[in-house]
Amino acid sequence: MVKLVIEGLEASVGGKQILRGINLEVSSGQVHAVMGPNGAGKSTLSNVIMGRPGYVATAGSVSLDGTDILSLATWERAQLGLFLAMQYPTEVPGVSIRDTLSLALASRGISSQTVVDRLSDEALAIGLNPELLDRSLNVDLSGGEKKRNETAQLAVLQPSIAILDELDSGLDIDALKACAERIEALTKNELGVLCITHYHRLLDYLPADRVHILVDGKIVESAGPELAVELEAEGYSRFLPDKQDASDGVSVAIGGLSLLKPSLANEDPFADLMA
Amino acid sequence: MTNTELTPFNLVEINVADESNAFHKLQYDALQRARALELPSFEEEVWRYTQINDLDLRKYSIGAPGGEIQGRGLTADVVDVAAVLEVVNGKIVSSQVNDPNVSICTALDDENVATGVGSVMTEAVDIFAEYNHALSTSPLVIRIARNSVVAKPIVIRHATSENDFAWFPRVVVIAEENSEATILEHQVSTNVEALICPVTEITAGQSARLKYLTVQELGPRVWQLASQVSDIGRDAHVSVSHVAFGGGYARARIDTRMVGSGATGDIGAVYFGRKDTTLDFRTFQKHDAPHTNSNLLFKGAVDDRSRAIYTGMIRIEPDASDVVAYQTNRNLKLSDEAWVESVPNLEIENNDVKCSHASAVGPVDADQRFYLESRGVPSEVAEALVVRGFFAEVLEDLPIPSVGTKTLERISELLSLEGVSL
Repeated sequence: MVKLVIEGLEASVGGKQILRGINLEVSSGQVHAVMGPNGAGKSTLSNVIMGRPGYVATAGSVSLDGTDILSLATWERAQLGLFLAMQYPTEVPGVSIRDTLSLALASRGISSQTVVDRLSDEALAIGLNPELLDRSLNVDLSGGEKKRNETAQLAVLQPSIAILDELDSGLDIDALKACAERIEALTKNELGVLCITHYHRLLDYLPADRVHILVDGKIVESAGPELAVELEAEGYSRFLPDKQDASDGVSVAIGGLSLLKPSLANEDPFADLMA
Repeated sequence: MTNTELTPFNLVEINVADESNAFHKLQYDALQRARALELPSFEEEVWRYTQINDLDLRKYSIGAPGGEIQGRGLTADVVDVAAVLEVVNGKIVSSQVNDPNVSICTALDDENVATGVGSVMTEAVDIFAEYNHALSTSPLVIRIARNSVVAKPIVIRHATSENDFAWFPRVVVIAEENSEATILEHQVSTNVEALICPVTEITAGQSARLKYLTVQELGPRVWQLASQVSDIGRDAHVSVSHVAFGGGYARARIDTRMVGSGATGDIGAVYFGRKDTTLDFRTFQKHDAPHTNSNLLFKGAVDDRSRAIYTGMIRIEPDASDVVAYQTNRNLKLSDEAWVESVPNLEIENNDVKCSHASAVGPVDADQRFYLESRGVPSEVAEALVVRGFFAEVLEDLPIPSVGTKTLERISELLSLEGVSL
């Protein structure tokens, strides 16, 4: 049993605070969904956990199986058992999936032939053309191929905790189903999942044990899978801060304009200055 | 009649005035022109950023002592060839032609040599090319017969192992109408103090297809001042590629001229500087005729205290309409002390053209490195993989695959990836 524990995590990007105290625990075999509107900090959360350059944890801690990971290099976090399936997998010209995974697993004493065999099996299972395994990573791949590729790598690397950053963006329903079901199967083998998503769709195939709503850098509600269903119907509006104020703000602005007009028409705009 | 002339090279006197020999006569004329020229200065635009002011010709002796090839480096696997010529310290030491469609003239009294040398570079591009004309002891004039396909590569090895020695490799390639060939020129040296001034002239007749690959593996105390000129005729396609690793200061000036309608010129380079090497490329893509294409892609990396200079010019003449020309130079800076200058330029005199130029100098892409690291690849290996990948793209397209493979292996060694099974 491995546990990813996030406590009081605050983080900033480019000097701007995005995460404002996140508390979350993901254990082996569990699926936790983090949902929220655009700009809530969902991708920042995944990038901070993995240590992407430019994403700075300013307070709190993240540990995997009791080891503080925030002081580790990205590759050390990966070696420890974390995996990030990226929303926009980076193109790496001239570097193949085979080479990458062989080198990643070499330090665990796994032969490159074993990696190649596993990768071929996984590619087949996920519906990824095996020819792509020798080509440049993510170069000229469709959205669906990129996500199938991320999923195949996840399955080969066998992390203890996987973070899925909008796995469902940019792929059609068949690819979504294939990827989600493969990951769901891995959770039966103790994979823990932190699944960041906008939509309920992904959770149809990868059912969540817990659903967390992230708004403005904080988790504002956590509940069972029914919360995702509710969101699908009602949207995020009830979680948005000062919902009433926000709509007031709009009406005030409009009202302000309409109030301003008559005042301009009826009064000398320079009257105050002249006085 | 005999006469001697003083050269600036260690004040060596040479015998030049054999008027009965057409090539000697041309060499004599070239020597007069060369002696009238000043050595260039870094204050001239085309020599900007260079250490050319440190060059002292008097340090070097000249001649053609010959010797043995010490190593074949990145070209070692190229064994199945249409022809092979080995020239050591200015002397042709072996020559073998296996394909009847390849003819090679080397004798200084051969009229093909007198008419071939200077037929494309009608005016020397600089003093070093002029001295090459004047003092070359081993010109190679290679002719590919019309309507022939020479499937195997023609290999030229220019090796240097004499200390304090200067010499002037000269290659003239005449690809006749509708011919096809691939030529590999290897520039290699031992760790000597030397000055090498190669000149390559290429002319491609109508519909000819020629690929010319230059591999430069010179020692760290060698000055190389090379120039290459190609004239590409109607519907012909010439591809020149350069792989460059060594030299103290290694310069290649590369002129590619699309002179016939429908001509295409591809210009590629892969370079990797280390220690104190300076790699200097000056390119000119000149479109004289309509419906012509040129595509330049130079990719390099600089490590340690090495330097790379790229300046390039695309020039489209007024009569050249319907032209597509690209110029791209990308550089990876692998250490803080390494230095790169990249200056692309365009001069367009016709409106019906599509041109682009791009240059980039920077460290290894952080997102690419992060992606690999996020899979568990250690930082240093991830960085090396990205650098290797940066070159792999171009090396796959080299006209002789074994050279591409060996070059990638060399780059892996330089990146300490050699123990990694890929």
